[in-house]
Amino acid sequence: MAQVSNYNLDQKFDFTASLKKTIMTVLGLGVALFAVGVITSLFGGHHDEAAEASGHAYHWYHRVFANLWINNVYFTGIAVIGVFFFAIQYAAQAGWSTGILRVMLSLGNWLPIAGVLMIVTFFVASHDLFHWTHSYLFDKNDPQYDYIIDGKGAYFYWPMEKGSFPIFFIIRMIAFFGIWVFFFNKLKNLSFAEDNLSGSHDWSNIRKWSAIFLVLFAVSSSIAAWDWIMSIDTHWFSTMFGWYVFASWFVAGLSVITLITLFLKGKGYLEMVNENHIHDLGKFVFAFSIFWTYIWFSQFLLIYYANIPEESVYFVERLQSDVYSPFIFVNLALNFVLPFLVLMTRDSKRHGVFLKVVCSLIILGHWFDFFLMVQPGTLGHNGGFGLMEIGMLLIFGSAFAFVVFKSLAGKNLVAKNHPMLEESYHHHI
Amino acid sequence: MERDKNFVLGVFDDEDVLLDAIAKVRGNGVKIHEVYSPFPVHGIDDVLGYKRSKLPIAAFLFGMLGTTLALVMQFYMMKIDWPMIIGGKDHAAFPDFIPVTFELTVLLAAFGMCGVFFVSSNLKPWAQPRIFDLRITDDKHVVAIDLATNSGLGEEKIGDILKSSGATEVNKKSFE
Repeated sequence: MAQVSNYNLDQKFDFTASLKKTIMTVLGLGVALFAVGVITSLFGGHHDEAAEASGHAYHWYHRVFANLWINNVYFTGIAVIGVFFFAIQYAAQAGWSTGILRVMLSLGNWLPIAGVLMIVTFFVASHDLFHWTHSYLFDKNDPQYDYIIDGKGAYFYWPMEKGSFPIFFIIRMIAFFGIWVFFFNKLKNLSFAEDNLSGSHDWSNIRKWSAIFLVLFAVSSSIAAWDWIMSIDTHWFSTMFGWYVFASWFVAGLSVITLITLFLKGKGYLEMVNENHIHDLGKFVFAFSIFWTYIWFSQFLLIYYANIPEESVYFVERLQSDVYSPFIFVNLALNFVLPFLVLMTRDSKRHGVFLKVVCSLIILGHWFDFFLMVQPGTLGHNGGFGLMEIGMLLIFGSAFAFVVFKSLAGKNLVAKNHPMLEESYHHHI
Repeated sequence: MERDKNFVLGVFDDEDVLLDAIAKVRGNGVKIHEVYSPFPVHGIDDVLGYKRSKLPIAAFLFGMLGTTLALVMQFYMMKIDWPMIIGGKDHAAFPDFIPVTFELTVLLAAFGMCGVFFVSSNLKPWAQPRIFDLRITDDKHVVAIDLATNSGLGEEKIGDILKSSGATEVNKKSFE
């Protein structure tokens, strides 16, 4: 009978020069498009005298900051979902996924970089991205005093004076990245330590750490969504927002895991991973695309139906804007209609061709989702999808790919002493 | 010889042995009538050479029927039969229809799929099942081979093939 030990489990990924060159070409293309986008907006922008006088003029760098923030949040999410999905496999004692555990884990290597980028971007761009960072909002004598934001001020500034330094916000950001990076390193070290010895000791150990991480991730991912995205539209709030951002991250992360697995298989690695495992990944992408739609629609329907002005303003800003309204439908088409119709049949989930196309489009689609969360609140009618957006997405995408492939290189691609490896190999659906 | 009357039964203890045995039996040109097992055996469809079930197509069609029915029903009620203004919205406010549409799609897909499955599997309440061996509800797997469809081989030859591929017993069963 076929056994997993017939395969070469010590296979190591070779990060070839030609692959590096491809990634660098995409990066170069991204930089070029981004530069052209910056130059066009430098010379093409119109000037609004009234806005300039009150210090709210739109400058080209606002759009750069908004793009940085979109991609920062998006790729942070994809990276942490890699660790989250890895932890889920252990907490659920899943056997099917053993062959691709290392692929999930590799996404987490982006987290330290993402943390630094995020904090730096916040300090550079805080006033241009977050309305609540202006101190006059909290000054009762100022004509622009905002008592709603004043009421929410402690969430950002506690224990310091409102409008000074957002210490609570910064501490949360550092704490979340700290927790995520710590658990990523812990799980990575334990997983690679397992390669040197057999038995189930490491497995139980990873399971324990995974369970702790999942609890902390549930809280931190939700609060991160409020902090980093929902606070852009400071007046507005939605109780579903944490779930909504998590769902978007999860689908995008699953698509990235599927794409990397298919890529590695195409190069001849991960021999023990067969169409049954690919099928399961496809099912995850299919199911969680519907889950995202469910969350998106639940948020929309309640706000639309109740039609309370302070809630519906969020969708008015988007649906009635000539800049953003088409992208609402692009978002739904790419993230719901496409995966729902294409991945419905069994064959399309088992064959890489369909999955490669759908997963790539889903990654783009969920970028649009974050684009729609960030840009209307930061740029208003000055935003849009142009060369700057494409360029920045390519820059982040290629940098992310480079970090992930570099971390995969030179190490075992399969957790060869995992107690469920044989079970994973015989997985059959 | 009459079809569906006389069977040779190979009794197996272990599902891994069973899977290999089925492949071997079929490789010898024996046509298998049916395999009975107390629990679902993974991969048995493949070794038996079964084609994929067409049940998902039935589910999809019934689901589409549910979607259409729900939209038509709500549109008729809310726009034509008894228009009401709710929350200042249009009579036929499409987003409001989605939850009901979703529920009816799922309901009809599930009911339709179950119905088609019952009909195609002959699971009507008054159906009299034929018991080949009582132990198939407990701990044995049974491969039933119809003698009529394997007339070229003969009972003894089939029994030998079953024995050599790991059957713990070979029995004969006839139905009136």
